Amino acid sequence: MFQLINTFLIGITAGSIYALMAMAIVLVWRSTRVINFAQAGMALLSTYFGYEAMVHMNSFWVALPVAMLGGALFAAIIELVFMRFLVKRSSSGPIASVAPIIATLGLLGVIRAVTASIWGSQDVRIVGPVSNFGYTLGSEVLVFSPLKLLILLTVVLLVLLLTILFQKTNIGLALRASAFSPEIARLSGVRVDLVRTLGWALAGSAGAVAGMFQTVNGNGTFSPDSIEFSLLLVSGFIAAVIGGLESLVGAVIGGLVLGLVISFVLMYVSSSLFFIAPFLVLLIVLFIRPQGIVGVKAARRA
Amino acid sequence: MTLTISHLTVHHGAIRALNEVSFTLEKGELGAIIGANGAGKTTLLRTLSGLIKETHGSATWNAYNLLKGKPEHLVRCGISHVSEGKAVIPELTVAENLELGAMWRRNKKESFVSRREIIEIFPRLGERLSQRADTLSGGERQMLAIGRALMSKPELLLLDEPSLGLAPLVVEQIFQTIRDLTTSMGLTVVLVEQNAMGALKIADTGVVLNLGSVAISGSAPTLIADPMVRAAYLGY
Repeated sequence: MFQLINTFLIGITAGSIYALMAMAIVLVWRSTRVINFAQAGMALLSTYFGYEAMVHMNSFWVALPVAMLGGALFAAIIELVFMRFLVKRSSSGPIASVAPIIATLGLLGVIRAVTASIWGSQDVRIVGPVSNFGYTLGSEVLVFSPLKLLILLTVVLLVLLLTILFQKTNIGLALRASAFSPEIARLSGVRVDLVRTLGWALAGSAGAVAGMFQTVNGNGTFSPDSIEFSLLLVSGFIAAVIGGLESLVGAVIGGLVLGLVISFVLMYVSSSLFFIAPFLVLLIVLFIRPQGIVGVKAARRA
Repeated sequence: MTLTISHLTVHHGAIRALNEVSFTLEKGELGAIIGANGAGKTTLLRTLSGLIKETHGSATWNAYNLLKGKPEHLVRCGISHVSEGKAVIPELTVAENLELGAMWRRNKKESFVSRREIIEIFPRLGERLSQRADTLSGGERQMLAIGRALMSKPELLLLDEPSLGLAPLVVEQIFQTIRDLTTSMGLTVVLVEQNAMGALKIADTGVVLNLGSVAISGSAPTLIADPMVRAAYLGY
C-alpha cells in the first residue's frame, strides 16, 4: 500500500512535467502546424537563463519567471525571424509540410551547440526552492518530497491559468480560432500572424518551466548533453501524441498517463525498462487509438 | 458609397481566373454574381477580401482600397466576408463563433447587443448557443456563418455560395433572409451564387461571369428576361 502511493505520487509528478512539455508541443502544432523538435533545445536554453538568474539573484522564484520570460521571447523570435519565413518559402512542393519540421531538428542541434559554447559542457546546478528529501510517514520515508508537491501544485496552477486564458478570454478565442481555421479567423479580424507568434511564446514559456522542474526534480544539475533534456523531448512528444496532438487537455492527460505508467513499470516490472517503457506506451496507444486518447477521428477537414 | 471594381484581372499560376472584370454596386443594393462552376466567382470574392492577390485592376469600397488591405483589416473597414461552404468553426460553440465576429471591437457590451440582434434574426441559433457548431444542421451552420459576419456590423457583406449543399426549402429561407437583411439593415451585398435563378430573384442587379470575364450585367429583372441568360444559366 505504502509503495503503491509512493509510486503513484512519483509518477504524477514526473507526468506533470511531461504534460508541460507536451502542452508546449501542442501549442506550437496548433498555431503553426509544425512539430517542434527544437522544443527541448529551447527548454534547455531557457533553463540556462534560469541558471543565470540563480547565479545573480540566488532565488528560484526569480529564476523561474526569468526562464519563462526568456523562453517566451526566444520562441517568439524564432517564430518571427525563422519559422514564418521558412513556412512561407516551403508552401508548395512534395516536402512542403515536412521542411519546417526538419528545420526544427537543425535548430535543436544549433541551440545545443550554442549553449555548449556559451556555458560549456560541464554540469551546472540549480537549487530547488524547497527540499527534495521525502516526507516521513511513521517510520517510512516517502520519495514524495516538498519539492515534488510544489512542482505538482505549480503545474496544476499553470494548467488552470492556461485553461482560463484559452476558454474565457478573447486572446484564447483568437488562439483557438486561428488554430482550427486560420482563414475564418482572419476574415473575422484576428491578426493570425500575431496569434501564431503568441502561440510559440506560450510554448516557449511552458517548455522553460518543464526544463527548470525537470532539472530540480532530477539531481539538480544539467548540461547541454543532459539525458534529462533528451528524456524531456521524448516524453513530451509521446505525451502529446497520446493526447491526440490537438488538445491541451489531451496533452495533460497524456503526460500524466505516461508518468504513471513509467513509474509503475519501473517499480513493479523492472527498472531496466526505463528507456523502453515510454515507447511501448506510445506504440500501444497508437495501435488501439491512433487518434490519441482525446483525439477525434479525422472527421473535420471535410 | 459605392463598390467599384474595374479591370480586375487575377491569375492562378498561368491560368487567368479573372479577366478585366468591371462593375459597380450602389449602397443598399444586392448584387448577384452568377455563372457556372469555375467562372471565377469565388476568385472574385477572395480577391476583394485580400485572400488572393490581383494581377492588375482596382477595387474600392468608398475610399477603401480593397486590394491593398489584408484580410484581417476587412472587418475594421465595415466589410464582412462569408467564405464558401458554411464558414463556421466546427470546434467552437455557436456563442464563440458569433463572438469571433465582434471580437476585434474589444467591447463586450456592444457585442452582446449585436448578439441579441442576431438571435432575433435567427432564433434557432439562440437555442443552440452552447452547442458546438458541428452539431448544427447545414442550414443552421449557414445561418451561423451569416450571423457571425453580421456581428461585426458590416456595411458591405460578401457572401460566397450560401445555398451550397442545402435543401431547396432551406435555400429559399436563406435567400429570403438575405433579401430582408439587405433592406432592413441597409446593407450592400455581393452574393456569389451557382443557383442563378434563386439569386437573381432576390437581387437588384446581376453580373454573369463566364470563364473569368463579365458576359453580361444589368438589373436583375432584365437578366431574368434575357433569352441568352435564360438558356445558359436559368435552364429554360
